[in-house]
Amino acid sequence: MKTVELRTPLDEKQISNLESGDKVFLSGEIYTARDAAHKKLVALIEEGKDFPFDLKGAVIYYVGPAPSKPGQVMNSAGPTTSYRMDSFTPLLLKHGLRGTIGKGPRSREVRDAMVKHGGIYFAAVGGAAAGIASTVKEAEVIAYDELGPEAIRRLVVERMPLFVVNDTMGNDLFEAGVAEYQREE
Amino acid sequence: MRELDVARITEAVKDLSIRTNIYLPDDVKEALRSSLEKEESPLGKEILQVILDNHDIAESERMPICQDTGVAIIFLEVGQEVHLTGGSLEDAVNEGVRQGYKEGHLRKSMVADPVLKRKNTGDNTPAIIYTRIVPGDKVKIVFAPKGGGAENMSEVRMMTAADGIEGVKDFVVDRVSRSGGNPCPPIVVGIGLGGSFERCAMLAKEALMRTIGEPNPDPDFAEVEKELLRRINNLGIGPQGLGGRTTALAVHIKTVPCHIASMPVAVNIQCHVSRHGETII
Repeated sequence: MKTVELRTPLDEKQISNLESGDKVFLSGEIYTARDAAHKKLVALIEEGKDFPFDLKGAVIYYVGPAPSKPGQVMNSAGPTTSYRMDSFTPLLLKHGLRGTIGKGPRSREVRDAMVKHGGIYFAAVGGAAAGIASTVKEAEVIAYDELGPEAIRRLVVERMPLFVVNDTMGNDLFEAGVAEYQREE
Repeated sequence: MRELDVARITEAVKDLSIRTNIYLPDDVKEALRSSLEKEESPLGKEILQVILDNHDIAESERMPICQDTGVAIIFLEVGQEVHLTGGSLEDAVNEGVRQGYKEGHLRKSMVADPVLKRKNTGDNTPAIIYTRIVPGDKVKIVFAPKGGGAENMSEVRMMTAADGIEGVKDFVVDRVSRSGGNPCPPIVVGIGLGGSFERCAMLAKEALMRTIGEPNPDPDFAEVEKELLRRINNLGIGPQGLGGRTTALAVHIKTVPCHIASMPVAVNIQCHVSRHGETII
């Protein structure tokens, strides 16, 4: 396990260096999307329409932030549970998405797609939302404003603390962690 | 009869919605602090420390602890000697939620149609309101914002007498095991036993309101709670599901009588941001 400073957009080389269990400080542009936005994004790909951001090398953060106070860049913004995006993620990975940030384990299909296309899944600490917000330096809605908390936002983050859960070798930190600490009854 | 303007209830609900989302109850904080001392996994310890630090940031910056400020679940106990004036009780509660979520800059997480359109209502209403008429001339309001991630891992099962207490225990442990890291562990597990299909689900939610560390009033069920907590923590799920000895902070059981043919069991899972607060008017 090592600590890695990472900057978006991510390329294949940066990704291949990461291992399940590594601690990462992520900086650069990332995009927010959760349930409703994923449905729309996948429809755009299927219909061959333009995407609201460049998917190549991109990182998507599964989050619906609390609304900002006047003068505040970002209010509380912790990760939401990732499995709800599982059915959409393989297609996005196929089209260039490199990283996703959320909480909770991914499906077998998503893990296989990460190995196949070179993708990485990071965990942020769920419920630690006020602390994560302080790493967000810029935020703007770039699509689907009508979705409120579910709109797609472009964020610029500075040293956002994450853990590598799934790497490109197929390792999974959930499986490894639980196996290490479970006890027979 | 004591006359009480429902505007007082609006005001109280508004204050509770903001307060409960920023300040966690002391018992929950204390349980997290003591789990940090006992946790064996270095990563688990690091995560617990991040969670504890986040409480301090939320309080000093007056930001919600979690961005998911929940569906507004409200338990009302209205004294039967209270005469409510000035409008509808439920409208007054929803107005309190509307004002609190706006002024507190809390996330609005309700969609009007659950399946087809799923359009956000924009003000976090409607609240889910449970009202009981009780003796006395007071109104008690319990406010419990409930996040979606943990609620999604909850389940009701209509078991039978033949399943017995071992069947109940296995179901609860299996439910937590299948939830893994999804509900934001360390969790609190609320269990409702008895009643009917809907009543046991309510009991499970009410069980989450109990103060952590307060034993079950029935010594037999207190033992069951202890055993379940041990079995759940032996699953190894740990903080955020990434492995460790702290999967649950507490297991709380609430029971009521039930039909001779039935043994309804409900498991309601609560994330580590176990928010609830109350006001008595």
